[in-house]
Amino acid sequence: MSIFKKKPKTELPAISTASLPDIVFMLLFFFMVATVMRNDTLIVKNELPYADQIEKLERKNMVIHIYAGKPSSRYKNVGTEAKIQLNDKFASIHEVRSFVLEEIKSKPEELRPFLTTAIKVDKDTKMGLVGDVKKELRAVHMLKINYITKRGQASNNLQ
Amino acid sequence: MARRLAPEVNAGSMADIAFLLLIFFLVSTTIETDYGISRRLPPLPEEIKPDAFVKEKNLFRVELNQVNELFVEKKPLRLEQLKAAAIAFLDNGGGVATEYCGYCKGTRDPKSSDNPNKAIISLINSRETNYEAYIAVQNELISAYNELRNREAVRIYGVSFTEMKAQLKDVNHSGDKTKLRERIKEIQSMYPEKLSEAEPVTAEL
Repeated sequence: MSIFKKKPKTELPAISTASLPDIVFMLLFFFMVATVMRNDTLIVKNELPYADQIEKLERKNMVIHIYAGKPSSRYKNVGTEAKIQLNDKFASIHEVRSFVLEEIKSKPEELRPFLTTAIKVDKDTKMGLVGDVKKELRAVHMLKINYITKRGQASNNLQ
Repeated sequence: MARRLAPEVNAGSMADIAFLLLIFFLVSTTIETDYGISRRLPPLPEEIKPDAFVKEKNLFRVELNQVNELFVEKKPLRLEQLKAAAIAFLDNGGGVATEYCGYCKGTRDPKSSDNPNKAIISLINSRETNYEAYIAVQNELISAYNELRNREAVRIYGVSFTEMKAQLKDVNHSGDKTKLRERIKEIQSMYPEKLSEAEPVTAEL
């Protein structure tokens, strides 16, 4: 019977890898859609606290970012005290004012009344620093702020 | 003549190219978190007109000390109880005559707030308080306001307040947005967010 006839060649055919690019492209597209370009390199620790009464920040171009937290492990030489980060570098509290004014000036005129300051503060920071930042913002009339948090139960914070 | 098949193109390096792109995106992008608690800061003290007299019973004092302990009206309280306490205070409606609150469902305790319009929550924190504890407290207080607003919005319009806000932001929403905005204003005025933050106190030893 012909079905039992032994095949003359025993060599295995090469496994087709033609679908491998498709899989990788799928991953690639996922990352392209789900992420955004990094605009600031974080040099402070930035582990955000949890909250659930949160709103989405709309319009990327209407947001000014201020980071604060302990210097990250690579920048241990500047000390362990929590610091403010503005535009890729450490800043003192007095620089916040000029930074914010500079940022406001760089935005188009019609957007200026709607600017929001996003405050990304590490959860272990002391409120004194945050309070100082808030005072500086009040001094330059940037009253709309947003404490960036992670989505989650607020009770996760105090553990 | 037999049809000649086109020779198969070797696609083996395609995966390498795709990996290269993938790795580039992995390192140069971040998954952005743009969710947070929105607040409005008060203007500088010299620009605020001298505050009208606030009755002690219309003031709800929330205090966070330097070791992240929560005190409400000078008494220690657990974080999980804060929301209920804030709702009880805001929704009390103990006022009479012109200050009577028709929609309040509270206990109408004459020792607590008169009207949601008068009720002020005062949040005091120490300079040493942890940021995460502060955010947790803020979150609980805002959720108290939101719960009351949701309740009234469902009662009057049949939609919750948070949903109305989401609809207002939704570009594809088909309803009338000016009407929606008015409704949101209406609900907000029933329970105005009166959350005052004092200057942080320095740790007293």
